Amino acid sequence: MLSVKNLQAAVDGKEILKGLSLEVPSGEVHAIMGPNGAGKSTLSYVLTGREGYEVTAGSASLNGEDLLALSPDERAARGVFLSFQYPLEIPGVPAITFIRTALNAQRKARGEAELAAPAFLKLAREKAEALKIDFEMLKRPLNVGFSGGEKKRMEILQMAILSPRFLILDETDSGLDIDALRIVSEGVNALRSPERSMLVITHYQRLLDYIRPDRVHVLAAGRIVASGGPELALQLEREGYDKYARAA
Amino acid sequence: MSVLSAIRDRNPAELPGKRDEDWRWTDLRGLIRAVPEASRPVDPRELGQGPFEHLVDDSYILANGGEARIEVGAGATRVVGLRFLSRGDGAHTAKVEVAVGPGGSLRLLESYEGKGGYLAWASIEIQLAEGAAVERIVLAQDDGEAVSVSQAEVSLSPRAEYGQTVFASGARRQRLETRVAHPGGAAALRMDGVYVLSGKRHADLTTVVEHRGTDGVTMQMTKGVVRDQARGVFQGRIVVAEGADRTDARMEHHALILSDRAEVDAKPELEIYADDVACSHGNTVGALDEDALFYARQRGIPEDEGRAMLTEAFVGEVADRVRFDGAREIVRQWTAESLGA
Repeated sequence: MLSVKNLQAAVDGKEILKGLSLEVPSGEVHAIMGPNGAGKSTLSYVLTGREGYEVTAGSASLNGEDLLALSPDERAARGVFLSFQYPLEIPGVPAITFIRTALNAQRKARGEAELAAPAFLKLAREKAEALKIDFEMLKRPLNVGFSGGEKKRMEILQMAILSPRFLILDETDSGLDIDALRIVSEGVNALRSPERSMLVITHYQRLLDYIRPDRVHVLAAGRIVASGGPELALQLEREGYDKYARAA
Repeated sequence: MSVLSAIRDRNPAELPGKRDEDWRWTDLRGLIRAVPEASRPVDPRELGQGPFEHLVDDSYILANGGEARIEVGAGATRVVGLRFLSRGDGAHTAKVEVAVGPGGSLRLLESYEGKGGYLAWASIEIQLAEGAAVERIVLAQDDGEAVSVSQAEVSLSPRAEYGQTVFASGARRQRLETRVAHPGGAAALRMDGVYVLSGKRHADLTTVVEHRGTDGVTMQMTKGVVRDQARGVFQGRIVVAEGADRTDARMEHHALILSDRAEVDAKPELEIYADDVACSHGNTVGALDEDALFYARQRGIPEDEGRAMLTEAFVGEVADRVRFDGAREIVRQWTAESLGA
């Protein structure tokens, strides 16, 4: 379970999150919707520990463990995974090498044995097949020259292999056509489980037709200003964010 | 005025220095107050094994200077080790001639292996006859206290193929210079370099290519990583002479500076006097991509490991262009080790 209390954070001295509180119990999928500039991406970076995002007050914990005290890689080893809105290109590092390095680094940090090459390749092949990713693509440098859809699928593949406990999907639908959106969503839905929780950050309701949330929160001006069931997303789609922008 | 004459005459005034345009970033004259005495012979028991030992048919060892001639007959194939050993604090010079006959093929695996505060100069002349092929791989591991200069002159014939990759770890001053006379005539030239420098080490990779005939190709890629107070120098000049039409020449130099006190000086130059040529150069000097590093850390890769992975991948692109499989493994390993140090 993710528990965020009164979180305040600043970027370059400018306060972006202004007392954000949120709980995502294990097994649930929560959506965060909000207008541009509300602090959606900031929330994802604060939770994952990116430099330059300074927490000035509040707390964030995963299953009772203080996330804010940990480095980004330690958080990853505890099961925090961020699917980037714009996945980075890693020239010179084949995707398969990158993912294996990440998996084994996480396992090592958790005190588990590293996965040997044959076992890893079997796992990677299985997961790639399920996401309709050509295995040959995994031999290419990660994300270099990949289309928007391919990059997002590569994020979901990493997610499937790393098997995190808490997933943040930051605008995963951006840049995807309908077919790619369906494949990506199916990949995400396949990961739903009672031990795993997800935070789906999106500007548009569209993604939530595919990844159905248990709860929907509206983030405006750095705080959660409304929460409700899936119907809240439909209401936002009809009425827009104006009401909340004014309230904030 | 040359390193050779300065050593021969024991006269530091003859060393090249900042007043010489090509030496302004590697100022030996300003550095060396007195040319040391001639180096003593090296005890044969000290020769040991070179870094490419198990790959070569035979080796030429020039210990504290000497001369050698390497010949490859028409249509013949050889893998030759060329080891420049330096021991002690003296001064010495070495001279090597390499001739590859028509259609002959040579893999020249060259190493600089030094211990001490020596002043060393090496000259290598390489001649390729028509249709000859040479791949020269240079692993320059001089001592951090040494001054080491290597100057190669390569002359190609039509349809010859010459590939070179220089790996430099620097020295007090280390300069690896290659000058190529390119006749065009579908001769192909690849000239790559990698420098990985730490501490106060200095490496200077200088290349000059002169395209003198039509239809020549030159591909050049140099990458460097500098840390601490190290300094990397890249000077690359491509001259396309009048009449050398349809020349295709591309030069790239990219460097990563990993500390505030490290420095990179780069001077890529294209001088074009011919028509209908495709020439380009790209040059970047910067820090490691912090966004990519955060991405790697978010996936669980610790910071140090992430930095090492990204920098290794950065220079790995050059190492991957080495064609000779066995040598590529050795230089990749060298790269990983020098980045890990």
